[in-house]
Amino acid sequence: MPRSFFGGVHPKGYKALTRDAAIRPITPKQVCIAMSQHIGAPCVPLVGLGDTVTLGQKVGDGKGLCVPVHASVSGKVVAVEPRPHPGGTKILSVVIENDGMDTLCKDIAPRQNVDALSADELLAIIREAGIAGMGGAAFPTNVKLSSGLSKVDTVIVNAAECEPYISADDRLMREEPARIVGGLEIIKRILKPTRSAVGIEANKPEAVAAMQAQLPADTELLVLRTRYPQGAEKQLIQSVTGRCVPPGGLPAAVGCAVFNAATCAAVFDAVYEGMPLVRRVVTVSGDAIAKPANFLVPIGTPFSVLLEAAGGLSDKAYKLLCGGPMMGIAQHTTEAMTIKGCNALTCLTTAHKVAESTPHCIRCGRCITACPMHLMPLQIYKAQQSGNIEKLRYRNVVDCIDCGCCAYTCPAGIALAQSCRTAKRMLREADAKEKAAGGAGK
Amino acid sequence: MKQYQPSLTLSSSPHAHSKDSTRSIMRDVCIALLPALCGAVYFFGARALSVTLVSVAACVFFEWAYRKLMKKDTTTRDFSAVVTGMLLAFVCPVTIPFWMLIIGAFFAIVVVKQLFGGIGANIVNPALAARAFLFSWPSQMNHWVEPGSRLPVSGSIDALTAATPLADLSQGIIPTGTSLTDMFLGSIGGCLGETSALLLLLGGLYLVLRRVINVRIPLAYLATVAVLAFAFPLGGAARLDWMLWQLLSGGLMLGAIFMATDYATSPVTRGGQIAFAVGCGVLTILLRYFSSYVEGVSYAILLMNLCVGFFDKIGVPRRFGARKKGGAKA
Repeated sequence: MPRSFFGGVHPKGYKALTRDAAIRPITPKQVCIAMSQHIGAPCVPLVGLGDTVTLGQKVGDGKGLCVPVHASVSGKVVAVEPRPHPGGTKILSVVIENDGMDTLCKDIAPRQNVDALSADELLAIIREAGIAGMGGAAFPTNVKLSSGLSKVDTVIVNAAECEPYISADDRLMREEPARIVGGLEIIKRILKPTRSAVGIEANKPEAVAAMQAQLPADTELLVLRTRYPQGAEKQLIQSVTGRCVPPGGLPAAVGCAVFNAATCAAVFDAVYEGMPLVRRVVTVSGDAIAKPANFLVPIGTPFSVLLEAAGGLSDKAYKLLCGGPMMGIAQHTTEAMTIKGCNALTCLTTAHKVAESTPHCIRCGRCITACPMHLMPLQIYKAQQSGNIEKLRYRNVVDCIDCGCCAYTCPAGIALAQSCRTAKRMLREADAKEKAAGGAGK
Repeated sequence: MKQYQPSLTLSSSPHAHSKDSTRSIMRDVCIALLPALCGAVYFFGARALSVTLVSVAACVFFEWAYRKLMKKDTTTRDFSAVVTGMLLAFVCPVTIPFWMLIIGAFFAIVVVKQLFGGIGANIVNPALAARAFLFSWPSQMNHWVEPGSRLPVSGSIDALTAATPLADLSQGIIPTGTSLTDMFLGSIGGCLGETSALLLLLGGLYLVLRRVINVRIPLAYLATVAVLAFAFPLGGAARLDWMLWQLLSGGLMLGAIFMATDYATSPVTRGGQIAFAVGCGVLTILLRYFSSYVEGVSYAILLMNLCVGFFDKIGVPRRFGARKKGGAKA
């Protein structure tokens, strides 16, 4: 029986639009390499206007919780300036005019001695390759690995891909399973887990077969129930191990480390080929796009190029999302650039518009049943609307993982997930205020 | 390169929504009530239909008029007033005068529902509260007709009066002249929509399959009544017979399937729902055994409605990942 977690919803998948579309490479005329593509400190540009850069050359790096960014094409730096970022703001970016040569950086060469590398050397390679979680959150992978050292007994590859429309990981597993498995083997060498598993939702039988053929005997392949948010880190851990990450804790607290399938492939490229993270698979789909497709995209490619390659955005386009419809970020412009954590562009027409009316909670309790984090969104909504900070604390709103199940399922059309987000911000502000007041009192 | 300048909408995720809406849920409840309504027309005549229509029309009118007068958004489109109207008709005798129905509809919609804030905010079930209020005219509310009376749409209602099986049961007597099959099919005296267990169960099955209600509340309610009736039969009746008679008589099926599951007036948590339903069952038996009024279901549910705030607190799900004991803060 497919494994699962508590709660969740089953939105229509729409995967048929792209699941059989082979990954096609795309060549942009220009790329914008954003200095902030991961959780943590942004990079500082290492190149200036007019510099010539090669494919894979480091163009930005920083200190602290930070991984470098690299040129994804070869060519000339034509601007170093803030550019539209999928997050909604403008972020300092290195803009490179593609010369179409893909001249490889001289430091990049396949490694012969991979088996001789120590864990520390591997971690350094992964950091220098600029790898951050490619499932969306973009947490620096080397930090995740080093913080899990000696704590982790279970390594899980997240290939659930539970968001509707997205098939990037599905295609990657079907076309290049060896890279994912190779990357996983590197991660296993670093963390030395007693158990390793790959979790794939049951709606991807071809990917399951392709991965099964490549996986070594000591790694389990788990077919997971097709249910959103199966690919949320805490829910995946619950499905695979039955363990629940404690409130405010990291997966390492229950001995787990979770890596996205694409991240594993990036680790393989970095270690064996010496190639930093410069390309990723992006699904461009939705009912507002003419020809939904999966592309191999140089990081920094503007969304407009992807839309053009997929046959163009329809006039009826209503929303353009970086990510899927459940957690994707709505874009105000088609000019934002592809970043490391962007697995899909979802283009929706007004057919997906939720009829807006004055919402009246009917107390059906569906949000409680759907919440995979055991919260009571209707109570959080009430407390948030009345600004009751104490109640928000009592209702554990900080545990919310932003999956959107509550708002998806609410028959009254109440913006529950959005309310939880506001509530979390209210709590943060209240905490900051308390801290400031406490500090002033002393 | 072509430059796109679409007018893109910005909003916070999620951007997808399930197809279910308040309207579709309430419509499903109406559909689920239809078999019992057809049964009522079969057993009591066309008047069952006109009573229901008057009740529905009055409820929808009061819902619309109140919101309009108070300059609030119109909520008649959500079908909730239709549900209240149908349920109100179902818990009244088929002989009820139309003017009483209109008073009942006013009480249900304006006093019980809208004055407390409208849909979802009322603290007791509007139809049951209106029924309780209509007992200000006890003779009209206790006027039962023989099944098969086939009353016309309106006009004279001097039909043969009959006792409901509950009257006998409250004396500790299993009624003669009525079989358990009659009870199950609904060929008995009683309120308009409550007599046919079969047709009500059919509606309940539809609601469960459509995931509008969960079996938790009806099952726990009926099971509690069954266990208590089996354990404590009155007047030396055979336990199993007594239990079945208790289950099939009065408004229990209608109450357990359609009233106790009313979202606004039942708990939202699993644990709370079960405790609430058990409470309904216990009160139903206590009222049936010990109160001077023979029917216990409506007052049992109304009383439990008032305790929902408490039941909501006891069923709060355990915090994700928290230790089993003292789970508030890890």
